[in-house]
Amino acid sequence: MEAFLKFIDMGGYAGYVWSSYGLALLVFGLSIILPLKEKRQLEKRIRRIIQNEKSVSK
Amino acid sequence: MIMRFIYQLGSPPYFYALSGRLLPWLSGLCFILFAAGLYGGLVLAPADYQQGDSFRIIYIHVPAAWMSLFVYMIMAFSGAMALIWRIKIAEIILINSAHIGAVFTFLALVTGSIWGKPMWGTWWVWDARLTSELLLLFLYLGIIALYSAIDDKRKAARAVAILALVGVVNIPIIHYSVEWWSTLHQGPTVTKFDKPSIDTRMLIPLLLMAFAYKFLYAIVVLLRARNDLLWRERRSQWVATLFSKEGA
Repeated sequence: MEAFLKFIDMGGYAGYVWSSYGLALLVFGLSIILPLKEKRQLEKRIRRIIQNEKSVSK
Repeated sequence: MIMRFIYQLGSPPYFYALSGRLLPWLSGLCFILFAAGLYGGLVLAPADYQQGDSFRIIYIHVPAAWMSLFVYMIMAFSGAMALIWRIKIAEIILINSAHIGAVFTFLALVTGSIWGKPMWGTWWVWDARLTSELLLLFLYLGIIALYSAIDDKRKAARAVAILALVGVVNIPIIHYSVEWWSTLHQGPTVTKFDKPSIDTRMLIPLLLMAFAYKFLYAIVVLLRARNDLLWRERRSQWVATLFSKEGA
C-alpha cells in the first residue's frame, strides 16, 4: 500500500505527471472513439441511400 | 511488383478491404507497446537525478512532439503525390492525418507547458522552439479549416496539398530551433549522432512509446480514411456489394 501511495505521489510531482498522462488518455481516446461513432452513422445513412435507390428503380 | 502494389493500394475497394484486415493487428500491437512503454516509463525507469519523477512527462511529451513533425512530413509527402499523380488515396491520407496531427501537436504543447512549470518556473516562453511548434498547430488547424471551406473535395484536396507543402519550411525550423537560438528548452538527448545521453532504462520505454504512438497514428488514419472513402464512394458498386453482403 505504501509503495502504491509513493508511486501515486510521483516524488511530489503527482499533479504535473498525472495531468499529462490523463490528458493523453483523453485526447487519444476521443481520437479513436469519434471515427468509430461516425462510422456507425455513415453506415445508417448509406443503407438508407441504397434502399431509396432500390425503391426508385422498381 | 512494387508499382503494382501501389496501383492496387490506390483502388478504393482494395484499400478498404486491406485496411479492414490490418486494423485488428495494428490495435493489438499498439496496445502491447503502450502497456510495455507505460510500465517501463512509470515503474521501471529510475527517477532523474535533477528532475526527480517529473521527468516521466517525457514519455507523453517527446513522442507527441516527434509525431507532430512525422505526421506533417507524411502529409506533405501525400500532398506531393496527390498533386503530381492525382492519387485519390494520397488525398485521403493527407486530409485524414490532419486531425490526429493536430492532436499530437496540442498534446506536445500542453504537456510541455505542464512540464515547464515545475522545471523552468514558467508555463510558457516565446522562444523559437515553442513558437514554431505553436505555428505548426495553427498550420494543422488551417489545413482542416481550408479543407472544410471548399465544397468540391477534389479541389479542396489540391488546395490543402499546396498549403501542406508550403508549411514544410517550418519543420526544420522546429527541429533545429534549440540549436540555432538560445532557449530554455533542453537540447536533443536521443536524436544525436553519438551515443544518446540518456540512461538505457529511461531510453527503452521512450522508444516503445514512440512506436506505440506510430501505431496509434496508423489506426486513427485508417479509421478516418475508411469512413471518408465509404462516404465518397457511397454510390459505387463496391459499396453496394459490401452492404448487401452484410445483409443490410
